[in-house]
Amino acid sequence: MNNFDWVQPKTIAEAATAVKNGGVAMSGGIELLCLLKEHLIEPPSVVNLKSIPGMRSIDVAGSGLRIGALATTTDLAENSVVRNDFPGISQAAASIASPQIRNVGTVGGNLCQRPRCWYYRDPEVKCLKKGGQACYAVAGNNEYHAIMGGGPCHIVHPSDLGSAFLAYGATVVTNEREIPIQNFFVLPKDDIDHENSLRPAELVTGVTVPNDWKGARASFFKSKERESFDWALATALVLLKMNGSTVSDARVVLGGVAPIPWRSTEAENALKGKSIEDSVALAAGRAAVSRATPMSENRYKVPLTTNVVRIAVLQAAGLKAE
Amino acid sequence: MPEEKSAKGELSRRQFIRASGAAVAASTVAGTLISANTKADAAPTVPAAIGAVDVSLKVNGKAHTLSLQPRVTLLDALRERLQITGPKRICDRGNCGGCTVMKDGKPIYACMMLAVDAHQSEILTVEGMGTPERMSVIQEKFVEHDGLMCGFCTPGFVTSVHAVLQKNPSATMDEIRRGCAGNICRCGTFNRVFEAAVAAARSGRGA
Repeated sequence: MNNFDWVQPKTIAEAATAVKNGGVAMSGGIELLCLLKEHLIEPPSVVNLKSIPGMRSIDVAGSGLRIGALATTTDLAENSVVRNDFPGISQAAASIASPQIRNVGTVGGNLCQRPRCWYYRDPEVKCLKKGGQACYAVAGNNEYHAIMGGGPCHIVHPSDLGSAFLAYGATVVTNEREIPIQNFFVLPKDDIDHENSLRPAELVTGVTVPNDWKGARASFFKSKERESFDWALATALVLLKMNGSTVSDARVVLGGVAPIPWRSTEAENALKGKSIEDSVALAAGRAAVSRATPMSENRYKVPLTTNVVRIAVLQAAGLKAE
Repeated sequence: MPEEKSAKGELSRRQFIRASGAAVAASTVAGTLISANTKADAAPTVPAAIGAVDVSLKVNGKAHTLSLQPRVTLLDALRERLQITGPKRICDRGNCGGCTVMKDGKPIYACMMLAVDAHQSEILTVEGMGTPERMSVIQEKFVEHDGLMCGFCTPGFVTSVHAVLQKNPSATMDEIRRGCAGNICRCGTFNRVFEAAVAAARSGRGA
């Protein structure tokens, strides 16, 4: 990688100024080092957000959870309050990458990851996202690309925490404003250059999670090619509120299938008012992909996602998924 | 682990590579310099790097202060500047686990952390866990159970197992497997690695 100046701001305002001057913000640095090593970015300076105090804590407030942007994914996965009251967040955090990455990677960094699309990551390829003329996944290899919400670029969003925070109705807090998470992630048709609505020099400082879904039954299920440590082929995060044996309310968020964490109201509606059994879970899975438009090499994601949703629904209901 | 000289007093592979590298570098610049030092065993003269910053690290109990450009990874600082070559540079992208070290008590990929970002932290590498004469229990069990083939991934695995047993000295197979999820053995000796790790856990002697 090219050399850069090392900037250690003491406040978020200092960090924002350094970013305004061309620097790039670093939290854990895992994703940043990937981008720097491939020369996808060549900034004059790297701004170390970890030098700013007070952004790593996970606090329980009356209104919900406040998670600092610099909390590591290990911090989040191992936090007992998160595990008991917001298990979907805890499960998603524990599923991320490997122990070595979870010990360094942060909540803010996870949300702000760039896509893993092999055309985007290839420094020799100038795709749409890099100011080029075409999304090469359309006519090329699209095995790991979107089956929903794609076009003109067909990336999938890699953030598992994004799915979890969307399901729980979280808000992303920045140095400038509060962004409801459904407005944080943006589709390529709305902004080809960015995966989120952050403005230049706007920095994520934390995430707040309201108590709306606190204590709800939850399951995060991730399908990967390699069991030990891999990017998701498809994920589902399912939250269920129960009234006796029937579902009074549900949240279903898909990951790995669209350019943003993808809430499926179709799947939610297939669950509401039902008591969970395999046929209901399968119907929710089918509803989740009812509007899928797979590409030439990722048709497999349609039945895969159907079953990922089915398994997550059964697990959330405390039933055995086979 | 010291690998300076073999029993016959021959140069180790690493010493040979280092010495021949210095000789090549010297002969390359000889044409442009009036007097080039062509002695292979002379300490290489490193020009002060542009934009270098001081980085303090405590590695295996010993304090070091290095002048490094911010772009130098922790792994390269350990291997190229401190000659601590247990952590391996294999994928250099946080995929393989060969560079795993303990930073402030937790396993991390040294290739995916800037050395400057590890300033004032405590690093433990496989060298700090034991020596060939006084191996840690994990190292001993890896030898006993033949937990390696080519051996390149071994320091990373030993470190990940160390992290697991540090957390739970009597870790189960399941905990060990999850703790090693970020390490790859391309020879495929996973079974023996896990056998060695389980044996270490059952020994009741900690990490």
